[in-house]
Amino acid sequence: MAQKTALHASHLAAGAKMVDFFGWDMPINYGSQIEEHHAVRRDAGMFDVSHMTIVDLTGERSREFLRYLLANDVAKLTVPGKALYTGMLNQQGGVIDDLIVYFMQDEFFRLVVNSATREKDLAHINAEAKAFNVTVTERPEFAMIAVQGPNAKAKVATLLSAEQLAAVAGMKPFFGVQAGDLFIATTGYTGEDGYEIAMPEDQAAAFWQKLLAAGVAPAGLGARDTLRLEAGMNLYGQDMDDTVSPLAANMGWTIAWAPSDRNFIGRTALEQQKAAGTDKLVGLVMEQKGVLRHGQRVVVEGGEGIITSGTFSPTLGYSIAMARVPATTGDSAEVDIRGKLVNVKVVKPAFVRMGKKVI
Amino acid sequence: MSLIPTELKYASSHEWVRNDGDGVFTVGITEHAQELLGDMVFVELPEVGASVSQGDDCAVAESVKAASDIYSPLSGEVVAVNDALADSPEQVNASPYTDGWMFKVKASDASELDALLDAAGYKSSIDEA
Repeated sequence: MAQKTALHASHLAAGAKMVDFFGWDMPINYGSQIEEHHAVRRDAGMFDVSHMTIVDLTGERSREFLRYLLANDVAKLTVPGKALYTGMLNQQGGVIDDLIVYFMQDEFFRLVVNSATREKDLAHINAEAKAFNVTVTERPEFAMIAVQGPNAKAKVATLLSAEQLAAVAGMKPFFGVQAGDLFIATTGYTGEDGYEIAMPEDQAAAFWQKLLAAGVAPAGLGARDTLRLEAGMNLYGQDMDDTVSPLAANMGWTIAWAPSDRNFIGRTALEQQKAAGTDKLVGLVMEQKGVLRHGQRVVVEGGEGIITSGTFSPTLGYSIAMARVPATTGDSAEVDIRGKLVNVKVVKPAFVRMGKKVI
Repeated sequence: MSLIPTELKYASSHEWVRNDGDGVFTVGITEHAQELLGDMVFVELPEVGASVSQGDDCAVAESVKAASDIYSPLSGEVVAVNDALADSPEQVNASPYTDGWMFKVKASDASELDALLDAAGYKSSIDEA
């Protein structure tokens, strides 16, 4: 039996087509994935992300623990509310998951991890936390709605109390604040402005309804995937996994090498991988007819790679992809599309940000 | 429940066939098929004049989700294709049985029509799937 979020009935009422997503019955679209995509790029859309796993860590040594658990360094989080994107690695330097960590207050951090990796993440975190006496508490009682798009913040603002408005006023990207019953964060997975808002489950349907009334368009997992891919954001399980180094997944920027004496899980392996060199994750652009898809073979000078994520970009009007290729790959490649080799451009893996083409 | 017009014939691979008279048949994909595929982004059509055999893959529908072969339900010659789909592939989603048609075949063997499903037969084939 598939799990249902607190918004399940709201999705059905909005005409959602539901699919199984790693054990959750989730909306793939509400009619047109492309229209939902455009709503987020041009106005405001909302996603039910209640299936994502929220894990709270408390204890005197919680900061020390996270400096060991994560490849990015929570020592960068000095102001309460500040968040960080990071990989959580295994000893072999593979990515167990990518996640966002929030510094809530002294001795209290919050992680938001992927739902598809929930069990192995919790097992890993719990096992490693013991030595640090850190308490690990999953928070399944929260629903979460991501409201994204150029008008997202303004539309959310119409639902907030004076106190909540004051709490989010001037909040910079990658911050979170507890404002009444809402935990409001300036994060997202679309490359647009907006919030991700966690709230008690029993308030989610009413909040969703108010967002609908404020003109926020429901958007499904389909649009979420095309938006994140245009933004050049990785999807766990597709663009990287336990067997892939963050260095080969365009996550080099999330590794905090300094200070050199910080021991974190996977560091030794990463240093070896860095010295030896790894493949790289690049963007591909194909302006002619056709769609690049996950799993297609990429042929480059002196080697081969593979498309990790590919789609039709609704914003650009042609196909884009992320591909893992040899480090020597230049600015062009060929992709094997159904037996035919097609020329594509190789670019940095980011295509659209804040509604604008960036390639 | 998706629409399955009773005046059309169907292939179990989700194409519909309309008899235009004079041995010419229009082909498209069913409402059920476009629902499965999601928003259409490209439709690759056969060349006018191409000869096709029943069951040949002769067109490709690329949606946000996947690339799907479209099979010719009848043997014959392709006598027209829906060029409008080049600019508006979404017609396949919006009007699968009218503006979203794909190609027309001048059938070489009208008896092949007997092998196709009627609306009730197609309906039960997708209900079982």
